[in-house]
Formats: sequence, structure tokens, C-alpha cells
Amino acid sequence: MEDCLAKKMEITVSEAEKRTGRNAMNIQETYTAYLIETRAVESQSEGQCGPVESLWRRYSEFELLRNYLSVTYPHIVVPPLPEKRADFVWHKLSADNMDPDFVERRRIGLENFLLRVASHPVLWQDKIFYAFLMQEGGWKEMVNETGFQLKADSRLKALNATFRVKNPDKRFTELKHYSDELQSVISHLLRVRARVADRLYGVYKVHGNYGRVFSEWSAIEKEMGDGLQSAGHHMDVYAASIDDILEEEEHYADQLKEYLFYAEALRAVCRKHELMQYDLEMAAQDLTSKKQQCEELATGTVRTFSLKGMTSKLFGQETPEQREAKIKILEEQIQEGEEQLKSKNLEGRDFVKSAWADIERFKEQKNHDLKEALISYAVMQISMCKKGIQVWTNAKECFSKM
Amino acid sequence: DASLAEVNSFSPSVPISPSSMINQYKFEDGPELRDLFITVDDPESHITAIETFITYRVVTKTTRSEFDSSEYEVRRRYQDFLWLKSKLEEAHPTLIIPPLPEKFIMKGMVERFSDEFIETRRKALHKFLNRIADHPTLTFNEDFKIFLTAQAWELSSHKKQGPGFLSRMGQTVRAVASSVRGAVKNRPEMFTEMNNYMETFSQKINLLDRIAHRIYKEEREYFNEMKEYGPIHTLWSASEEDIAESLRGVAGCIDRCCRAAERRMAGLSEHLLPLLHEYVLYSEILMGVLKRRDQIQGELDSKVDALANKKTEKDLFSEEIGKLEDKVERANNALKADWDRWKQNMQWDMRSTFTSVAENNLRYYEE
Repeated sequence: MEDCLAKKMEITVSEAEKRTGRNAMNIQETYTAYLIETRAVESQSEGQCGPVESLWRRYSEFELLRNYLSVTYPHIVVPPLPEKRADFVWHKLSADNMDPDFVERRRIGLENFLLRVASHPVLWQDKIFYAFLMQEGGWKEMVNETGFQLKADSRLKALNATFRVKNPDKRFTELKHYSDELQSVISHLLRVRARVADRLYGVYKVHGNYGRVFSEWSAIEKEMGDGLQSAGHHMDVYAASIDDILEEEEHYADQLKEYLFYAEALRAVCRKHELMQYDLEMAAQDLTSKKQQCEELATGTVRTFSLKGMTSKLFGQETPEQREAKIKILEEQIQEGEEQLKSKNLEGRDFVKSAWADIERFKEQKNHDLKEALISYAVMQISMCKKGIQVWTNAKECFSKM
Repeated sequence: DASLAEVNSFSPSVPISPSSMINQYKFEDGPELRDLFITVDDPESHITAIETFITYRVVTKTTRSEFDSSEYEVRRRYQDFLWLKSKLEEAHPTLIIPPLPEKFIMKGMVERFSDEFIETRRKALHKFLNRIADHPTLTFNEDFKIFLTAQAWELSSHKKQGPGFLSRMGQTVRAVASSVRGAVKNRPEMFTEMNNYMETFSQKINLLDRIAHRIYKEEREYFNEMKEYGPIHTLWSASEEDIAESLRGVAGCIDRCCRAAERRMAGLSEHLLPLLHEYVLYSEILMGVLKRRDQIQGELDSKVDALANKKTEKDLFSEEIGKLEDKVERANNALKADWDRWKQNMQWDMRSTFTSVAENNLRYYEE
């Protein structure tokens, strides 16, 4: 990994706090604020760390940061934020934004986001990002001063481009398909996983009833009593173990969710490419038609049907001076157009090059992360089974002593 | 093990699961002492103008001298089993007669003549007859012998003799009535204890039965969801290159877990659920037995009271009383002995069943 902020500095989102305040419309609201702590790490001297600096940010400020980054670096696959609202919940998890478990998982997600940005070869150098970490007051104004909102492409424009573009780079089209597939398959997986978790929870918890009844039953038995009682205890242990197991699984789900949201970031880059390409095609088309017009005026021949041609035939031709003037203007425009086209072409090629470089980087990151996530999931399952084996071995022993 | 092989070869059409065989043999007397082997198999459907019913083949092999032959094969229908049970209850009101599978299943998931239902019933009928065979007293009951050996027409004519269902009903009504009249005054301590035990036991066993069914249901739903889970990973692997293999591996493992879950469910439904059900029935039977005992005692007590009031006809009464006392005593003893036997059996049953549930779960997790 090349040099980046993550190497020079420890970044954590260490706490979350509920706050109330007045928002822009002067209405009282409750929100959660997160404490970002940073500490400079000297790479040469061991154990020498700078002082801890910290500031508080709320989710909407994270959103602002991300929007700024997406607009300012459209060729970069910008890391996603954790979800705004709880999705894919199974019945035990609450969908409440204020629920402590949700807040905790969001805290981890936000920390992850910051670390991803800090370790990105391009993004880490951004000044606004640095200020986000270090400068509490006046940051919002700073962001707004960059005027990034003006640079943002309208959704409508982008949609239009998607439909009308003629020659997008094949790789981007493929990438778009891929990101669609990725999104659909991961969201399906998460939905089913939530249902499976629900059912698993049910199976474990009902076994807890065994514990209670065994214990009551053992009261009236003589020889069987002890065995029953201890078996019942193991049933209780079994039933209780599911809570931890499923909590761990939530982390796995969150890892998958991150890539679900990454799919959206991928699509954003593709859209930008389509927009640029469409722009380019439109500019080229415009130039061609102007050149044609010029030619027609110069040679006096009307090659294609034009309303102007018709009207001039009906109402008399224009004077040679008028024609000269028109040609002059057109020639200037053509000149401009050609320069613009050249620079747009260059821009487009640069964009494709740098975007593709980042996409390759992203692909490697994704493969690595997902592999690790799958491995950790398997490890979780094995540990769950080991626990199960232990409980049922104990229970079996108790039963055989009945 | 020659005896084992014999039984097997005689009923090749329906394999009996090893565990149920073990259940047969592990009853009180070891295999060496058994001289009566019974199997119930080969259900066949019979359609007449009036009704459709199932008969089961009952095969008996024995070395007992009171049996004319050493092998018998007859066909019996459920009604015949009901008849046998009621005759046994009549003859031995204070002995614990094993439970019969119910006439219908209330929980309505199984149709009357579905294969599953017939097989469950067959297994239960098989257990029923074998439990009687293992009972030190019941095994020598005359009606039992006739049940095992008589041809269909012989059995019908035998049935027509003797008190029918109605008189049996009368007995039950009287028993209930006498218990309604209040707890018997002179009930020995032992039986009061038994009564209390049975009340609690019955409660608990019913709870366990419900819990086990609930677990089965949850496991089934879990299995259903899991079925979808694996294929998604396979689908995903189609869009990936680098991680495709890992994803396919995960899908494969999930599918194996699925199959293991299915096996676990099957284990429950084959062993634990039927056993718990039997003991639910047993608890009802035992409550009935205790009531009948109380009723007999009640008869005795009322006669004793009557004696105290009527100074005349003393001799007559005292003879009757003596007889009743004897009866009660015998009944009590029988009950007590049976009770102990039953508890031991139950203990063993529970132990083996729960152990096998535990083992199933182990196997599941190991997979």
C-alpha cells in the first residue's frame, strides 16, 4: 500500500451520543453525534504517538462529505456510507434509528468509511477530507465554498445520456451490468439470510422451554431427577447461545451490505462516463452540422432540405454581404468547436484511463474483502457447530444417566 | 442371533427399523426368556359396499405349550385391536394396559388413509401387542391368545359372546361417578402419591409433547428457508471470477447443512414425537387405572360402612367384604408392581429417545 493518511494517522469513531438541537427549520430534533478521534502516528519512532484530537460529527455531515467527494472525483469509486435506515431486519432486530445496536453498528460502519477514504491513493489527499477530521467549526461553510454543488450533474441529464449515448466504452457497459447483478444478488442474499436467522432463532429458543419443563418434571422424579435437571440446564445454555451467534452474523451481513452499496458507487462512475461520452457525441454532431452549413453557404448548393433554403427561395436570396457574415461566424464557431472537441476527447480519454485504474483497484479490494468475509462466515458456522456439539454431548451424558 | 434372524426372514416385505427391534428386546425379560414373538405388518386396504378399511397382518411365533401351533398368521383390523384392549381392561381393571394409536389424528395434517398415517399406526399397533406380550400377567390372557390365533370368522363369533361395549361404558361411567363423589376416604398413602405424581407427570408430558412439535415445526421452517440460501451463492458465483470458486464452495456447504437439517427433523419425527405421544396416552391410561382402583376401594368401603350399620346379615356381608378386600389388595399389588415396571420402562424409553435426539443433533452439528 502506498503512502496514505491511514498510515500516518490512527482514525477511530469511538463514541456515539444522543443529542437534541434545533435544525435549519428551527424545529427541535433528536439525532446522534459521533466522536471522531485522530492521533498522529510517527512511523519512525516506536510508541511515539501524538496527542489525541477529537471532534463530533453527525450522519448528515458524513453525507455531505461523501457527496462532495463523489462530485469532485467522479472517476473514483467512492466508498459508501453505512445505511441511513435499518434494512434487512429480522424480527429481533429493531428498525429504529435510535436503537443502541443499530447505532453501534453504524458507528463501526462510519469508522470503516473513514478508513477506506484515508487509505485510498487519491482521496486521502483531499483537503476537505482532512478538515472533516480535524476542523470542527466552519467545515460546512468550507465545503459549500468549493461550489461543488454546481458541478454536480443533474439526474435527469444523466438519465438522458444513458438512453441516448451511442458508443460507450464496452468495458463500462459490462461494468454496469455487473454492478446491477451484484446489487440484486447481494440484496436477495441478505433477505434470505435474515429469514434464516429468524428461523434459527426460533429453533434455539423453543429448546429453552425444554429446560423449564425438565426442571419441573425432575421435581417429581427420583432416579431420573438429577439427569433431567442437568439436561434441562444444558437446554437453557443452548437456547441462550443463539444471541451471540446471531450478533456475530450481523457483522458479516454488514460486510456484505458495504458491497451492496459499493455497487451504487460503481454505477455512478459508469453514469459519469456515459454522460461524458454523450456530451462528446453531441459536440461532434454539432460540429459536423455546422461544417455542413458552412459548406452549403459557401458553395451555394443546398444538399439537404433546410427551411432556410426554402424561405430564401420564396422570399429572395440574401445579399452576398449577409452570406459572408454568416460564413465568418460559422467559421469561428467551427474553430471553437474543434478545439472543444479536442479537449473533450482528451478529457474523456483521461477519465476512462483514471477511472479504469481505480476500478481495477476496487476489484482487487472487493475480491480480497469478500473472500475474507466468506471465510469468517465459515469460521462462524464452525464455531456455532462446535458449541452445538458441546451442548448436545453434555445433554446426551445427562440423559444417559437418567 | 438366531431368533433375530427368524423374525427378519418371516417378514421380508416390511423392514423393521433396528431401533424398534432393540425396543422390543430390551423390555424386562431378556431375549432368552421370551417365548412369544409378534410382528404387525403388511397393511392392506379392503373395499366393501359399505366401507373401506385397512387390515394388518399379525404374525405370531411361539414355543408355548398352551398354543396349539408354533406359528400363526392372521389379519386384523383396527376395530379388533380396540376390542382386545377393552377386554383386557375389563379383565384387569387395575393393570396398566398399553395405549392404542388414536382413531383419528386431530391435528388434521394427515389424511385418514395416507401412507404416513398407516405406517405410524402400524408401528404403534406392533408396539401395543409386544407390550402386552411382555407383560407378566397380560401375556397369558385368554382373549389375547384368541386375538393372535383365531381366524376372522372365529374371532367375530367369539366377540359376540360376553359383555359388549355398552357394559364397558357403564363401568367407566360408574368409575367417573364414584370419583366425582369425592376422594376415597381410605385411600392408602401410596396411591395418593401416585395420583399426585400422575397429575404432574401428565401435565409435564403434555407440555413436552407440544414443545417437541413446536421444535419440529421451527426446524421445518428453517429447512425451508435454507433451501433457498445455497442457490443464491451459486447464482452470485456466475457473475464473479476471482471469488466464484469460494462462492460455489459456500453454496455446496449450505446445501449439505440443509440435508443434515432434514435428517435431524426425520429423527425427531421418527423417535421422539411418537414416544412422547405414547406417554401422553399412557398418562391418561394411568389416571384411568387409578380411578378404577379408587372405585373398587369405594365399593369395599361402602360395603364396610353398610356392614357397620346393618347388624344382621353379617356373615353374608363379611364374605363379600372379604372378597372385595382381596380384590382390592390384589388390584393394588398388581397396580403397584405394574407401576414400577412401567416407570422403569418409561425411564429407559425416555433415556434412549432423548439420547438419540442428542446424537442426532451431534451428527447434525458435526456435519
